[in-house]
Amino acid sequence: MKKTYINGVGCISTQKTFDTVFLEEAVVNHDENVLAVIPPVYKDYISPAAIRRMAKGVKNGIVASALAMKDSNVENVDAIITGTGLGCIEDSEKFLKSILDNNEEFLTPTSFIQSTHNTVGAQIALLQQCKGYNFTYVNGAVSFESALIDAKMQIEEEEANSILVGGVDENGDYTTALFKLNGRIKKDNSGPYDVLTSATSGAVYGEGASFFVLENERKENTYAELLDVSIVNTLEENEVEDAIQSFLKSNNLEISDVDVLILGFDGNADFENYYKNLVQNSFAETPQLYYKHLSGEYDTASAFALWMASKILKTQEIPEIIKLNPVSKPSYKTILLYNQLNGKNHSFTLLTK
Amino acid sequence: MTKGVAITGMGIVSAIGNTVEENYVSLIENKIGIAQIQHISTVHANVIKVGEIKKTNEQLIAELRLDETNNFSRTAMIGTLAARQAVKNAGISSINEFRTGLISATSVGGMDMTEKHYYDYFEKPELVKYITCHDGGDVADKIAEELGLKGMVTTISTACSSAANSIMLGARLIKTGKLDRVIVGGADALAKFTINGFKTLMILSDDYNKPFDNNRKGLNLGEAAAYLVLESDEIVAKQNKKVLARVSGYGNANDAFHQTASSENGDGAYLAMKKAFEVSGLKPSEIDYINVHGTATPNNDLSEGRALKRIYEDEKVPDFSSTKPFTGHTLAAAAAIEAVYSVLAIQNNVVYPNLNFETQMEEFDLQPQTSLKNKNIEHVLSNSFGFGGNCSTLIFSKS
Repeated sequence: MKKTYINGVGCISTQKTFDTVFLEEAVVNHDENVLAVIPPVYKDYISPAAIRRMAKGVKNGIVASALAMKDSNVENVDAIITGTGLGCIEDSEKFLKSILDNNEEFLTPTSFIQSTHNTVGAQIALLQQCKGYNFTYVNGAVSFESALIDAKMQIEEEEANSILVGGVDENGDYTTALFKLNGRIKKDNSGPYDVLTSATSGAVYGEGASFFVLENERKENTYAELLDVSIVNTLEENEVEDAIQSFLKSNNLEISDVDVLILGFDGNADFENYYKNLVQNSFAETPQLYYKHLSGEYDTASAFALWMASKILKTQEIPEIIKLNPVSKPSYKTILLYNQLNGKNHSFTLLTK
Repeated sequence: MTKGVAITGMGIVSAIGNTVEENYVSLIENKIGIAQIQHISTVHANVIKVGEIKKTNEQLIAELRLDETNNFSRTAMIGTLAARQAVKNAGISSINEFRTGLISATSVGGMDMTEKHYYDYFEKPELVKYITCHDGGDVADKIAEELGLKGMVTTISTACSSAANSIMLGARLIKTGKLDRVIVGGADALAKFTINGFKTLMILSDDYNKPFDNNRKGLNLGEAAAYLVLESDEIVAKQNKKVLARVSGYGNANDAFHQTASSENGDGAYLAMKKAFEVSGLKPSEIDYINVHGTATPNNDLSEGRALKRIYEDEKVPDFSSTKPFTGHTLAAAAAIEAVYSVLAIQNNVVYPNLNFETQMEEFDLQPQTSLKNKNIEHVLSNSFGFGGNCSTLIFSKS
């Protein structure tokens, strides 16, 4: 069975992550409850006509995938697999509003065409003329991990040698307002919004696109080996540790083998026990990291965490800004990522150097 | 050569029936489900025909025994109904007894509720519960909860090929031993959003759709949900399960031509079929029936027909038909309902008629089967193509 290696990464996020080394310019937000991406220079990657037509998620996906391809020195991939929670929500909003506002008349198809969830994967395929396998997963917080599982299986079974995998989500204004209404996003003017000390429900929202080139061989520029990925729909708070133990065990590892634990803390006080139990108990002696204070919460924010983990294994350095505890190690070999949203859609991802 | 992954249960709700049996009877008795729209108020009501499930949301809620605090979209309701049937049909009593997953598919998820309440959310607090059901994964999460399924749950959304891809992923998860049992399929309820979307693309017919006819004018939309249970050979042997048919081949490829249109030569469709044959180890000549995508849009049928001609080269293309004149095009659910029809074709040794066909297309000499035909069916090929150039082929075989 072939192994899976991360050989290229590209990240567009609410931080400067595309022309920097590794979060050295990152800023922690305390004042906003919705964060926007720091846009790259789109015209370096996309034609001006297309820039005007495309929604930001599509543009960010295209740029992040181009960065990952360049980083990996791979020119063509065999497959493109994308994860997205809400898909092209801006175009969905636009088309729906024009239906409702104009009583189903005077509509143009552009925003409908671009509203389908697989637009990002399809546009990348079109640009690269990639006629291979092309899947898009849309299952909330495990959308990206579903794509990873699929990609890993393709490489293991030798159905593909190289695969572009990514997670992408964009904020839409109206949907953002709805999320404030139903409590998914923290209330306006209730800052400072601090992820770790929050006593309220909801999260600070973000958006972004992170893409990775996975290949079946280790190269000079390899970041990490993707050891395993698992998703579980439903777990109780007291079931998480057992789930992690058995996930590690199936990879012949124990908790003490984990050099870094990356957790999806998002400031939603209702569900942070899922992470807190791990932090305070079984992983107390393990270096612990968090990231949603930088990326914001969104369905595919865990792809930002995988980008971070890849960087750590390659550089062997951990920026202070993502440290949850003061524990450090002389070297970092194995990283475990755990994420969930509102107690559902749990994911476990295991990387090794 | 592997025989493929066992199918041990099926469930379906469509415009031509609320059970597998009802769907089959409609297919062999030419009972179509396409009519004037009833459940959605739209200005296009007089100029389009659709395939609606013959149940109101209130009836579905009652049938599912949902309490009044529920926030099910219509998509989630029909999805749950079909998934429950499938699980029951497979004789599953303890859902988490084996490593069991759910791979669902949808195109617009809970859009039916979003579009109904979009501007009312801020005024009516009692509607706020529906905001979360817009999420594409909400349907799968709800089905999982209703079934008590706790393990791997995910959703694929690749437009009109979505459910083919969920069946494909499910088969791969069983083949690689990652799961023992997977419930696969898809659900899509009709929505103003899709009606108007396809309307602006000018591919909705004002008449009954006529796949592969020279004078075809476009598609009729439909709504449906269907799920199948796939199980490992170990479970089948251990529990002495009846195998309805097997998923023996699958392939997905991208046309990489245009966001909504198919390439003239059907590159994506050709590649998807080619891959499916490679996986199955079958030759094209071994296929007894092709359930074509056949949406009856000028573009699809031309592209799909050319791809079929390329696959079959000098050989005769086997009996083929589109079942969309019965059900309408049910988008992300289409490949799942057509998977059920493919299995029924194998079980009953029938080729369904391609209704409404009159005139052969001028571009090639392809004539669909226009009346019900009884013959031995060992292998069925089913195509599904979606926006974004997404092309998928599944092959089903007699067990």
